[in-house]
Amino acid sequence: MLNRTADSVARATPEPLARKVRGISDKGLAWLFISPTILLLLAINIFPLFWAIYLSFTNYRANRPNEVVKNVGLANYKRILGDQDIWIAMQTTAHFVFWTILLQTLIGFTLAWLIDRKFRGHAFWTTIILVPMMLSPAVVGNFWRFLYEPQIGLFAYAISFVSGIPATEIGMLSNVSLAPWSIIIVDTWMWTPYVMLICLAGLRSIPEYIYEAAEVDRASNWRQFWSITLPMALPFIMLAVLFRGIENFKMFDMVNLLTGGGPGSTTEVASITLKRQAFESWRTGYSSAFAIILFVAVFGLANIYVKALNKVKQR
Amino acid sequence: MSLTSAHSVVAPSATSKRVAGTIIVLYALISIVPLLWIFATSFKTPPDSIAYPPKILFQPSLEGYCNLFTTRTRQTPEYINSLGPATGFCDETTRKRNMVIAGPSNFMPRFVNSLIIAFGSTFCAVFLGTLSAYGFSRFKVPLADDLLFFILSTRMMPPIAVAIPIYLMYRELGLSDTALGMILLYTAVNVSLAVWLLKGFIDEIPREYEEAAMIDGYTRLQAFWRTVLPQATTGIAATAIFCLIFAWNEYAFAALLTSGTAQTAPPFIPTIIGEGGQDWPAVAAGTTIFLVPILVFTILLRKQLLRGITFGAVRK
Repeated sequence: MLNRTADSVARATPEPLARKVRGISDKGLAWLFISPTILLLLAINIFPLFWAIYLSFTNYRANRPNEVVKNVGLANYKRILGDQDIWIAMQTTAHFVFWTILLQTLIGFTLAWLIDRKFRGHAFWTTIILVPMMLSPAVVGNFWRFLYEPQIGLFAYAISFVSGIPATEIGMLSNVSLAPWSIIIVDTWMWTPYVMLICLAGLRSIPEYIYEAAEVDRASNWRQFWSITLPMALPFIMLAVLFRGIENFKMFDMVNLLTGGGPGSTTEVASITLKRQAFESWRTGYSSAFAIILFVAVFGLANIYVKALNKVKQR
Repeated sequence: MSLTSAHSVVAPSATSKRVAGTIIVLYALISIVPLLWIFATSFKTPPDSIAYPPKILFQPSLEGYCNLFTTRTRQTPEYINSLGPATGFCDETTRKRNMVIAGPSNFMPRFVNSLIIAFGSTFCAVFLGTLSAYGFSRFKVPLADDLLFFILSTRMMPPIAVAIPIYLMYRELGLSDTALGMILLYTAVNVSLAVWLLKGFIDEIPREYEEAAMIDGYTRLQAFWRTVLPQATTGIAATAIFCLIFAWNEYAFAALLTSGTAQTAPPFIPTIIGEGGQDWPAVAAGTTIFLVPILVFTILLRKQLLRGITFGAVRK
């Protein structure tokens, strides 16, 4: 699956032609082809990153560009780690990431497992299911505000139709205990197809002869599922979790438009806090420090996870 | 080698297929309802859109689309009666609400911005990505794995974290709220995806083609141009569509770094308001127009979708 084979084949192939150089040498061409990309990334990603690291040690405020910038050492980092609001935002993020991943994995895997039966018309319905994940989270998230409206919204109406609770009382976006679920529902609606698609690839990668052997051994369906289907699809499920985990840890657009972090700060995930600190309170130094901490956290967690993923794959 | 499922001992039974099919169709129908609702709302009149219970059957109207493309001011009935006959459908509908059209709205310029920035950045990202992918695929680049990982890792940063220094940098360089600034930024974000996807596609093209071309007297550059590029067309097209979708849908950078002349549609659409709150039919109309290109692309991309969303990690 992870295409290392093509790489190793490519490397093992000797290059008899490398010596017969005409025009630009291969080495020159390689750098000519690669360096524009690297330069662009250095300019737009890495240089700003170092700038952010520098700013994180200062008290700079972007709305007062003429003020003298003072070096404050690690003060910003200390304040963030002691800041109650930051910890609440991290908890909100963890709650959001945990539930979205859990729901998306469960529903996504189940859907993939059902689609793998290849019933009539499965390709068409799979395409329909995939549509939400291709759309702009911002534009669609914005529209969900309308669906969630307590009186006129379709979602509230459908829930009240099923449960009998008056539609006016279903304030998904105004109720403190419901608001965190409002963003989980929209994210799950949008991204379950993503997990489903990767799981489907996993299920289709399992060779049929393994099931045939199990059938010969008279293994029950239940047993086949737990000892063949699930373990063999596991690397794919873990890959889907990795991609969704990184994305949802950074989540900004959909939440910003749907709840804006409210009511109060009940749905204020890390990116929203960062935006409020950086672009509303203009605490540029402080928010740069928070940005660095977030980046290190994503990067560190992703690295640990990839190691675990590689172990599972090697089994 | 491959067994058709009909002969297989492990083929799912007819009943299990039927049950699975029913559940999938139900899920697909429920998950598509919000989109159908956006589409339906765009053809409702404002009173119909906020009716309780929500109206499923309604008299279709183009008022939402009229409101999307125009700004209107409220006038006295006497003033409206003093005007000449209505010049068109939108004029007439607006007058029925005791308003007159004051001018075009900002939707068209924002939509055009979206087009310019999405296509511009896609072109740059695919151009740079193709060159780099070929470089990584065919040449021994020192530290290739590290460089590739570096390219990918730029994608892991939260957009808001990147936006803080970019905001300051663009302010210094005069790139704030310019299409050029947004094109550069989206190119940088998309080029990681482009390199990873295209490297996969180019790896699949046998090197023998180029080597044969070079034996025939082509230089390496000519061989790249005449043999590799034509073979990679499908891959390049798929990559371009993925970049295009990302740039088209992007909101965080656009909302923080553009405010006027270079603003794209995603931060603009949520700001469409009518009298007394959000003008939902107009918002729905804007959303519908904005989503249609993506729906078309999704259908075109069906076969490559998996590869695109996993950065080429999973292929079929």
